[in-house]
Amino acid sequence: MAKQIYYEDVEVGSEVTALKKIATTRMLVQYAGASGDFNPLHYEEDFAKNLGVGKPIVHGLLKRAWLVNLMTDWIGQDGKLKKLSCRYRGMDYPRKMKGFDEPHDGETWWCKGKVTKKFIENEAHLVECEIWVENGKGEKNTTGGAVAALPSRAK
Amino acid sequence: MAAFVVTDSLKLLIGQKEPPIVFKIEEGAIQRYARAVGDSNPLYNDVEYGAQSKWGRVMAPPGFTGWPVAAGFDIFKLFEKLAKAGAPMGLLDGGVEYDFLAPVGAGDVLIAEIKIAGMEGRETKMGPTMVTTLESTYTNQRGAVVLVTRNTFLNF
Repeated sequence: MAKQIYYEDVEVGSEVTALKKIATTRMLVQYAGASGDFNPLHYEEDFAKNLGVGKPIVHGLLKRAWLVNLMTDWIGQDGKLKKLSCRYRGMDYPRKMKGFDEPHDGETWWCKGKVTKKFIENEAHLVECEIWVENGKGEKNTTGGAVAALPSRAK
Repeated sequence: MAAFVVTDSLKLLIGQKEPPIVFKIEEGAIQRYARAVGDSNPLYNDVEYGAQSKWGRVMAPPGFTGWPVAAGFDIFKLFEKLAKAGAPMGLLDGGVEYDFLAPVGAGDVLIAEIKIAGMEGRETKMGPTMVTTLESTYTNQRGAVVLVTRNTFLNF
C-alpha cells in the first residue's frame, strides 16, 4: 500500500492519485452476484436495446465503487472518507472476454480527482475533492465529489 | 416531448416509509464485494489482516452498505409499487450521495429505514421522466447512525 498522506501534503489543485480500471462482461456478472443487483440491463442484449441504451451497460454502482476505491486508496488507512456522491451522466460499455480471465483489447477507464478545498472543522482536517471516471473516449460519464478527513502532522 | 407529470396517486407515496429491515454484515459478502469491484485493500479482503488491525475484524468498504449490496430491501418491489401508481416503467440509476457517519464491519447488525423522499417530473434524453429520490438511514446494534444515503433514479 502507498504511504500515508497527510493534510499538510495536500494543496488546492493537488491531484488525487489516479486509479486505472477495466470493465468487462465477466466483471459485470461478478458485480451482479456480489451486489445482488440482477437488473437484466447489465447482461441481456434485448432488454438493454429495448430500454434505449443500445446494449448492456456498466453498472453505475460499479463506477461508483471505483470512485470509492480511488478515494480510500489515496487517503490511506488513517484517512476517513466522510462523504461521496456521484451522478451517472452517460453509458459505458464493458469489454468482452477473449478467454476465461482475459478481456479483449479495448477501452480503459481512469478514475481521477482534484482537491478543490481544504479546511479544518471541529478539529478535523478535511479535504474536498472533485472526482470522476474518464472512459477510453475521454468522456467523463461519472462525476461527483468527496470529503475526507486526513491525519495531520501538527498533532 | 414534455416533462413527466407526477400524478396525485404518486404524490401520496412521497414521505412514505418502508417497514424497517434488520440485517447482518457478513464477512464473506464483504470479501466477494471487494473482489467484484477490484478493491484489493487488505482490510476488506484479508481476515488475518483485519484481526490485527485497530478494528479487529474485516471492515466493509464505504458503499458496501446501502442499496444494492447490504441494503436489506428489494428496490425492484418498490418500483413495482410506483409503476402501479402511474410511474413510467423504464428504470435507470441516476446517482447516489453518501454520508459516512461511522465504520461498518463484519458482524455488525444494521437496521435500514428507507423512504421515498421526492418525485419530480422532468424531460430527459430518455423522454418524459420522473426523478425519484430515496433516502435511507442505517443504524447499528449500538444505536449509532452509520450511514445516510440518497439514491436518485430515473423512471421513463
